[in-house]
Formats: sequence, structure tokens, C-alpha cells
Amino acid sequence: MKKSFMFKGLILTLVFSLALVGCAQDSEPGEESLENEIKVGMVTDVGGVHDNSFNQSAWEGLQRLEEAGAKVDYIESQGESDFEPNLNEFVNDGWDLTWGIGFLMGDAIAAIAEQNPDSNFGIIDAVVDAPNVVSTVFKEHEGSFLVGVVAAMTTETNKIGFVGGMDIPVIKKFETGFVEGVKAVDPAIEVVIEYTGSFVDAGLGKASAATMYDNGVDVIFHAAGGVGDGVFGEASERSGVWVIGVDKDQSITFGHEVTLTSMMKYVDEAVYQVSKDFGEGNFEGGVRELGLAENGVGLPAENPNLSDEIMDAVNDYKEKIINGEIVVPSGI
Amino acid sequence: MKTLSRWLLKESIIIPLISVFVGLLIGAIIMLFGGYNPVEAYQALFKKAFGNIYGIGETIRTITPLIFTGLAVAFAFRTGLFNIGAEGQFIMGSLAAAYVGIMLDLPAIIHMPLAVIVGGVVGGLWGGIAGYLKASRGVHEVITTIMLNWIALYLSNYLIREYLIEKGQQKSVTLAESSWLSFAFLTDMFNNARIHFGILIALLCAVVFYVILQKMKQGYELRSVGLNPHAAEYAGINVKGNIVKAMVVSGMFAGLGGAVEVLGVTHNVIILPAFQGYGFDGIAVALLGGNTAFGSIVGAFLFGFLSFGATGMKLGAGVPFEIINIVIALVIYFVASRLIFKRLLNALNVNKQEEQ
Repeated sequence: MKKSFMFKGLILTLVFSLALVGCAQDSEPGEESLENEIKVGMVTDVGGVHDNSFNQSAWEGLQRLEEAGAKVDYIESQGESDFEPNLNEFVNDGWDLTWGIGFLMGDAIAAIAEQNPDSNFGIIDAVVDAPNVVSTVFKEHEGSFLVGVVAAMTTETNKIGFVGGMDIPVIKKFETGFVEGVKAVDPAIEVVIEYTGSFVDAGLGKASAATMYDNGVDVIFHAAGGVGDGVFGEASERSGVWVIGVDKDQSITFGHEVTLTSMMKYVDEAVYQVSKDFGEGNFEGGVRELGLAENGVGLPAENPNLSDEIMDAVNDYKEKIINGEIVVPSGI
Repeated sequence: MKTLSRWLLKESIIIPLISVFVGLLIGAIIMLFGGYNPVEAYQALFKKAFGNIYGIGETIRTITPLIFTGLAVAFAFRTGLFNIGAEGQFIMGSLAAAYVGIMLDLPAIIHMPLAVIVGGVVGGLWGGIAGYLKASRGVHEVITTIMLNWIALYLSNYLIREYLIEKGQQKSVTLAESSWLSFAFLTDMFNNARIHFGILIALLCAVVFYVILQKMKQGYELRSVGLNPHAAEYAGINVKGNIVKAMVVSGMFAGLGGAVEVLGVTHNVIILPAFQGYGFDGIAVALLGGNTAFGSIVGAFLFGFLSFGATGMKLGAGVPFEIINIVIALVIYFVASRLIFKRLLNALNVNKQEEQ
């Protein structure tokens, strides 16, 4: 009796571990050929490296750098208090450049950069005033202006929605640029704005979207990370409504039936550029701002849902913004 | 020799030990199958947590809040209550301590202790709500504490946004330095690790836990209610009063945890997008520690050291963080299913006796 119980336990344990093994991923290919010998690390915020958003995009940028011969790696933060030790992990291990990904990591980068004046850092979406930090920020308002134009030319109800994540400066830039873009086409269009206070709770996005669509909105632009998944979810249960994605080309995830277009934020490009410059010895602390002119923001290359007329208008506005004819306010 | 082996074979000690060992072992097997080197990985784990003075400091920093929430859950459990609300009590404790730290301007000798105490009191009151509802209305504490967690989360976010916010940020303004539990000489000594004196308060709380439950008449009553409320009532113990008291003390531990985390580490409170998980980890810590004071310290130590050291495995051996979560889960799983090992031990003992 007792023995059979033990055996059962043993078998259960084995089955359990085998099942887990099935899920284990292959290890990454070994690093080789360090031509320019730079080591670049990045610390994600709590979203993790497969967040379908800026953390993932940043990691894609570093993977491109890896192909160019650098050594790259990442650490995922489990909570806010992990930021500092995770950054230190790279610093103490002698990595040349350490990225902090996301606005929320600003304080941690500032603290670690001050404690380690001989190490170099990069941060996305926040400005840290230190000589050894490159603060990479985007002109989200410029890209959002363009999708605002798209939304205004697409809407039939003359009601457009904006769903934001947390009410922080960087999201404010999306909102302001978007509203400006809409008004540039037709000032009579109403823009409904709602902040959900979260970047992760898809349920909140679904609820906001449902309310908006019920009230006659037919195009929603979201700048809300994972909350946006709920906006897409609600839209896919209805017909005749659109969502404008954010950060990445979200039609890849959610399909062309609901995704009108996306406001791309090329975090990968920024991370790649800054790290590459660093590898070539051109590291300069300070603020790097990437807008339409620098290919930091924009629409995806393929837009099957947009007519030629809309694309022409978008390109027209894009040119005007790049050559300074139109200055899009950032709202902050 | 015989007494030593008997002491080592004591169920309360050997079962957690076996669980930890088996957890690490199966974790190693999983790593092997995943193509990682488990020896390298565990070396990196230890190196990160204890390899240098910075690591030691940060490990202690990670352990500190877990001791508090572990004690909170364990205390309630010993009195027959399942406090899932340590998370919310922790949040309310941080908020209250932050409020005192930001709004008041006092000399450090008063400011810091006051912030700690207020944090503990508010956490205790928050736990007391659930205790009162259970005692007076019979509402199960699992339901109320879960709901109070959400209320605490959103109430805290609202109050921070309305009264404490730093402009353009998702966090409060920084606390006055006179309320801090961290000191420059200590952080310098640990090479900038954010260790702080909260660990001493945590250890003190463990002593208080032990003294209340084991050495005081009050503790005897609390434990009696936990073991059998009907028998306790029959013996003339005020069951309802003891339920409220137990939840207040439990909440106080969690609230103190929140307070020292704010005063010692972050020096501000943030608008939380989601729960941080200190309270929920506390449940695991209490379980690992067998709901005792000393056990909670050991449990927090194990939990904190594994989760903090895990990032070392990522760089040191390429092992993803998920693996260490599996190891932690396995350890908890085996502690929870202690019956397996108990029967195993019994079987061994029976065999031995037969041989003799």
C-alpha cells in the first residue's frame, strides 16, 4: 500500500517534469565573432521581452546589433524594485552599454548612472540628465498626427476615440498629436478621450472601447500597451469599426479586418542606432529625439486598408511636418 | 549522535529540507533537458545573491518585506484565519507611511519612528475591517480580504494621484529624508545596495510574534480559537474579540512591511498598475515556514534569495527567469504535499525497525 503510493508519487513527479521539459525552449545560439567587441545589455520593465510592444521592439534592435557582431543580452524585471540590481548586473559585469527600457525606469537609470560615472547607459522614453546617459525620446505627436489624419478621413460618424494607458507625459504626446491631426482635416469631428490608468488590464480597454463604439465612435486610436488588446477584442466582435494600433504594426497580431493602420514607434531602430554609434566610438550623453524626419515614428510600410487618397494626404502632411511647415505641438 | 539524528529527522525540519532539495533537483533536471548547465546556473544564483557585498545587501533588501508579509499570514493562520489581504494591508501601510513622510516636517528621531508606527497602525486597521466583518457578520475573511486588496490598490492610487503626486510622474513626491530608514553609511558599506534598518524591525516583529502566541495568555486564547473555535467558546474565550485582535495584529505586520519598504527602499509611493505580490508571496513564505515566527524568517530568506539570485542565472548561464519560478513553485508544492515525504519517512522507519 505504502509502496504503491510512493511509486505513484514518483511517476507523477516524472510526468510533471517531462511535461515541463516539453515546454522548455532551446537555448540561444552561442555568441561568436565579436568584431568590435562591444557588449550591450538591456533591462526590460515588468512587461518583459515578449510584450508585443516597446520591450520586444528594443530587443529586436539589439538582435540586429548582434548580427553586426556585438554581444547582447537582456534581463527581465519582475517588479519596480528589481530595476536597480538588474542594471547593476550588467554594470558590474563590465558591459559597455546598458539600456533601460521605458519611462518607469528613469529614476533607476539616474541613480545607477550617478553611482557608476564610468559606465554608459541608454534609456527609452525618459530624459535623464547625466553625461553618461543617452535619453532616447520620440516625437510621438508627429506620428500620431498622421494617424489622426487617417482617422479623420476614414470616420463616417464624425466621432473618433482615443484610449490612453496611464496619464503620463509620453501618452499625452500621442493624444495631443492625434487630436491635432484630426482637427487639421476637419475641426468639426469630435474626439472622445479616455485614460484607463493601466497598461496591462485588457478588460479596461474592452470596456472603454465598448462604451465609445456604443456612442457612435467608429475609429479608436489606442496608446495603452496591453490594454489595447481589449480595444481590438471589442472591435473584432463588431462590424464597421476600426482600431489604430500603436508601437508596432498591430495588424500582424490582430488582422486587417479591424486594424486600420498603426502608429509605429521604431524603438528597435533607436536602440540599434544609438548602440551602433556607441560601438563606433560616437557616444554622446544627452537627449536624442526621433521624429518623422529621423524615421523614429510613422506608419507601417504596408497599409492595405488605406486608399490612395488617404495615403497621398498622409504623405503630404508628413512632408510638411518634416520641412517645418507644420509644427505639431507635443502637449507637454 | 542518536539525539542529533532524531532532531534532524524531526518532521518540521526535515520535510522543508527535503522539499527544497527535491525542488532544486527537479529544477536541475528541467535545465538539463532545456540544454542549460544546472551546475553553472546554481553557481550563478549563489554568486549573485552572496558573491559580493552588494549582492548580500540587495538579498537582505529582497527578504525584508517577505518576512513581514510571511509573519502576517502565519499569525492569522495560527488563529484559524486565512489572511489573503496582506497585499492590501501592505499597500495601506506604505501609503500611510508615505503620507507621514511627505506631509510632516519633524526631526528624524521622531519622524521615522512615527512613520513606521502609523504604517503599522493603518495596516492593522485595514486587517481589522476584515476581522470585524467576520466577527460581527460572519463574512468569510477570504472574501473580504480579497476585496479589501482591490479597494486598497485603487484607494491608494486615487489618494496618491490627488494629494501626493509629483507632477508629470506616476509616483508621489520623495519623502522627507528625516523619515528614511536607510542611511548613507549603510548603503556605502554595502556598495550602494539599498539595504536598510527595516530588517531589524522585521526580526523584532518575529520576536513579538513568538512572544504573543507562545508566551502570553492572549496568545493561548488566540491559538485556541484557531484550533477549535467551538471548544474555545465553550471554555469561556471571547471568540469574536479574538478574531478581530488576530486580524489587527496580522494586518499590523503587513502594514509595517509596507511602511519599511517605502521608508527604506523606494522613498516614494507609485501609482500601482497591478499588485506587487508581496502579500501573496507572504502566503508562500508562511507555508514554507510552517506558520511559525522562525519559519517565516527562513521561508522569506529562501524565497527572497531564490528570486533575487535568479537574475544572476540569466547572465551567468543563460537560464531564463521562468526556471527559478518553477523551482520555487516546486519547493512550495513539495512543502504543501508534505504527506508524501511523511509516508516516505514512515516507510523507512518501519523498514529499519523490521531490520532490528
